[in-house]
Amino acid sequence: MRKKILYELSSIYRDNLRIKGYIFGKGEKSACVVGAIRGNEVQQLYACAQLVKALKEIEKAGKIKEGKSVMVVPCVNTYSININKRFYPIDNTDINRMFPGYNQGETTQRIAAGLFDTIQDYKIGIQFASFYMPGEFIPHVRMMRTGYEKKELAKEFGLPYVVIRDPKPYDTTTLNYNWQIWNGQSFSIYTSETDKLDIDNAMQAVRAVLNFLDKEGILEYQGHDGYISRVINENEMVPVKSKNAGIFEGFAQVNKSVQKGELMAYIIDPYEGNIKERVMAPCSGTVFFAHDTPMTYNNTVLFKIIEES
Amino acid sequence: MVHVVAEVELPVDEKLKIYKNRLIPEAGLCGDEKRISIVTGTHGDELEGQYVCYELQRRIQEGKEHLKGIVDIYPALNPLGIDSITRGVPGFDLDMNRIFPGNTESGAMPEYIAAGIVEDLSGSDMCVDIHASNIFLKEIPQVRINEKDRRKLVPYAKLLNIDYVWVHSAATVLESTLAYSLNSTGTPMLVVEQGVGMRLTREYGDQLVDGIFVLMKKLGIWDGKVIKPKKPIVSKDGMVSFINAPESGIFVPEVVHSNRIKKDELIGNIIDPLNGRILNSILSPVNGLVFTLREYPVVNKGSLIARILEM
Repeated sequence: MRKKILYELSSIYRDNLRIKGYIFGKGEKSACVVGAIRGNEVQQLYACAQLVKALKEIEKAGKIKEGKSVMVVPCVNTYSININKRFYPIDNTDINRMFPGYNQGETTQRIAAGLFDTIQDYKIGIQFASFYMPGEFIPHVRMMRTGYEKKELAKEFGLPYVVIRDPKPYDTTTLNYNWQIWNGQSFSIYTSETDKLDIDNAMQAVRAVLNFLDKEGILEYQGHDGYISRVINENEMVPVKSKNAGIFEGFAQVNKSVQKGELMAYIIDPYEGNIKERVMAPCSGTVFFAHDTPMTYNNTVLFKIIEES
Repeated sequence: MVHVVAEVELPVDEKLKIYKNRLIPEAGLCGDEKRISIVTGTHGDELEGQYVCYELQRRIQEGKEHLKGIVDIYPALNPLGIDSITRGVPGFDLDMNRIFPGNTESGAMPEYIAAGIVEDLSGSDMCVDIHASNIFLKEIPQVRINEKDRRKLVPYAKLLNIDYVWVHSAATVLESTLAYSLNSTGTPMLVVEQGVGMRLTREYGDQLVDGIFVLMKKLGIWDGKVIKPKKPIVSKDGMVSFINAPESGIFVPEVVHSNRIKKDELIGNIIDPLNGRILNSILSPVNGLVFTLREYPVVNKGSLIARILEM
């Protein structure tokens, strides 16, 4: 394993921000894995750290294939994660909305450019990503529909689902989108959590990446094959929205089946305790996403269901 | 009359409401009046538009007999942000001006609100979206126009009594702004940037209100006296120099915002208070107008210090 500082930025009073890469094997730049870009992505940092730990053992056992190399970048934004702030501390901008970056531009454009310059040559890009809506997901691989995406390749992770998303304008400045447009295949791995640790889930993501690297002939890994992934378009999922605001008491669980008409949650009056709304399943299927904070607005997506085919 | 444009119930005994105030002629409406919509407060830390909304209404009330069309005023598209000194939408960490045209089906609360705002604004004969830079940078009164809307919008921008019209290149990410959503669906919107975040610059507000009356007169919404608007400089991207901090430190300006500067003249210094020294002296690369200048002193390498329009 080699450690390399990919980008460094000074501040007037803080220690430098250093983006570190951990490189395994030698030769072709085969795959790169990026972890926490936002300051609340603790689960993503943890998953990367466990991946580094596993890759050390794999490399020690001589199981990185000859002429192949893998780089892991556990954290892009130490300035935010160390002070528990989601975006960049000075200007509150999101580095994951700055790609491919600009090395003569604003600070976060420079950080994005500094990272992207060093990772864009890797043939495969994998990001442990987080979502902006608070909630829990079934672990899945997400790809943008750019015309370059290869769904069959995404199935090699062995996660339950491969979700294809039609990019919105703001997606065009994410790492995933630019990786795919500039060089090759990119995948975002979503685990259930972001700012809390779910160790089982993080380890599932680590195994998924190792499975994938094994199937791509980059290293040897003998884990179980995981799931036979189902490919689904994001807009095919059925959203279940709240009609009222209040305290959210959820019953339907992620990755479990629900039947049409089944009770999924209560919305409770925050002062008088009565049930304001019984949230029922509009169709039968599997719960893909579930709201997980104790309060909700009205007109908010509480669940997403993959309808039974 | 005050209307609710979009509404969401918050969890505990509070409703989030997006308001507009509609001003109509004294004689009532006959159905073929033109409509102008004045919009501000998308970013909760940009307050320059608050004074414009007030002053515009005050002057209209003073000369009500001259109002011949509809004036819709939306002072706070992001009321939770304004009331909590938060630029984005509190609770979501979302830039509201990156989620348009919104989504009523499967999005989060801010996207639902955004869709309601777009629906209400659609069909206006002209919209003016007033921004105030951010807390870091001070801007002279200017209108920013996407290159693809140049022909349609520049003639109207010139009426607004602003100093500068910046026609910028199209960026994909800007497709999620309110202005793009409306302009691309046939409702014209001018984006004004002026002043600085978290402050009011009354002089700029008065200047813009004068211009809005000129625009209203052109549209047939106002028939009272108006000023002769300033003739703004109109430029494209190529004429604008961006000056970014070459290193981290504390920026102390030596130029005055909105003044002219000569090539190699000192814009300001980045200083190191710990060691009492100048880290970097920043010189102007061109002769021009300092239309953007950093207000917030702390800079990281790359922080924007100034924009200079080459003249």
